[in-house]
Amino acid sequence: MIRSITRPKPEEEIDRLLEGLGRVFIIGCGTCTTLTRTGGEPEVKAMRSTLTGKGKMVTGDVVLPVACDNLTSEALKEYGDQIRLADVLLILSCAFGAQTIARQGKKMVVPAVDTLFVGKETAVGLFDEICTQCGTCIIGETGGICPVTSCHKGMVNGPCGGTNNGKCEIDPEKDCAWTRIYNRLKDLNRLEAMRKYQKPRNHRAEPMPGKWTLAGR
Amino acid sequence: MVSAFKKALQSGKFVVTSEVAPPKGTNLEKMKHHIEVLRDKVDAMNVTDHQGSVMRYPSLGGAILVKEMGGEPVLQMTCRDRNRLALQADLLFAHSRGINNVLCLTGDSAVLGDHKEAKEVFDLESCQLLAAIRLMEKGRDLGGNALEGPISFCAGAIVTPEANPIEPQLIKFEKKIEAGAEFIQTQAVYDLDNFKSFMDYASQFPVKILAGIILLTSAPMARFMNKNVAGVHVPQELIDEIASAPKGRALEKGIEIAGRMIRRILDEKMCAGVHIMAIGKEEVVPDIMSAAGLL
Repeated sequence: MIRSITRPKPEEEIDRLLEGLGRVFIIGCGTCTTLTRTGGEPEVKAMRSTLTGKGKMVTGDVVLPVACDNLTSEALKEYGDQIRLADVLLILSCAFGAQTIARQGKKMVVPAVDTLFVGKETAVGLFDEICTQCGTCIIGETGGICPVTSCHKGMVNGPCGGTNNGKCEIDPEKDCAWTRIYNRLKDLNRLEAMRKYQKPRNHRAEPMPGKWTLAGR
Repeated sequence: MVSAFKKALQSGKFVVTSEVAPPKGTNLEKMKHHIEVLRDKVDAMNVTDHQGSVMRYPSLGGAILVKEMGGEPVLQMTCRDRNRLALQADLLFAHSRGINNVLCLTGDSAVLGDHKEAKEVFDLESCQLLAAIRLMEKGRDLGGNALEGPISFCAGAIVTPEANPIEPQLIKFEKKIEAGAEFIQTQAVYDLDNFKSFMDYASQFPVKILAGIILLTSAPMARFMNKNVAGVHVPQELIDEIASAPKGRALEKGIEIAGRMIRRILDEKMCAGVHIMAIGKEEVVPDIMSAAGLL
């Protein structure tokens, strides 16, 4: 299943963001950051212990079922007293959850993780971006493999000159997206698709920030 | 106006191009020296564009300098640092300053260079930049708007004949030609029998091919390229040959090897010419040409 993939912020950065804020309420998420082991029960407990060790007062903690859900406001009400006592909410959910929580009340929120991309766990502990949500899906012509996401340069007309033995110039462990696409199209007997000139991409297929309205709304 | 480089390509003579690299900073003396050394010897000199994604004096500025000093520049343009507005604007500017040759490159990743956190653009890629040039020559920009005043370029691109796997590169090569590439400078080739097989395929296309020759300066440098440069393979016998040179004479040996390769390409009429990359040692390019019997 697709998930919001996060990475813990460096401890020094969290320390800096919490400077002068003595009382902390910690919020984790039972969905994406639980899957990525960056903001589930164990990480929230560990954060609690770390902060206590640094002399912070942890007024409470919770792992919300789905931090980005509309029900988050209801869930947080149960912790009203502990949240009121806190100077800051330290959020171990992705940025969607952190922003949902930030809208709930007049409390500073500090994210404890960086949100990297929308992707999936492709092997244990290995997370890959699958779709950059570019708004101009090209995979109908590339054998179902997305070059906009999987090619470091997002190239749509074939490989660059940096590819080597089927790997990418930025990382010898990373597969070259266009070698994969070539192999797939060859298997499908559809190499002609790769010969088609793809014109420059429309980088405004969706507005920035993204917004789309369902017809008839 | 047809550029002197294009005329040379069309003349049927054996064409020689080389490279000059703009400096890190504003001290242009070394580059000027290289331009002086090369301008009467080669048919054109490429001016590299933040080579290896290392921030430098711009290729456009370097190309203007070549022009001012009486040389024939090939403006290298990568798509890494500029979006389609900036690329087209720079093409207009280049044309207005008499720069009529462009090498269209997608560009190395910024991750490989000295500004690793930079935002990479890649709004266009090599094929699309070539197509943009051909569109502009017809009087339109990529937005579909009319351009005032003519513009024209001798436009080219690159290919890696020793890439593995090769087929995806060849498809791309053909797309570049269809998009408007008139000339192709290849990545370095060392195994000329392999290169001949590549040319057996490539010669069916209406494009002038210049074989890439990178000067070997030492055995460790050759091994480094084998390990780190995509699509470059220096055969072991060449590494052994340069390693066999007496102490302090490896460069001489490298010049001899490069000269010998160029001579064979010329004698066997493999392709339209060569593109000599002497990476930092541009002053020895005339020596390479002499070793090849070209001067």
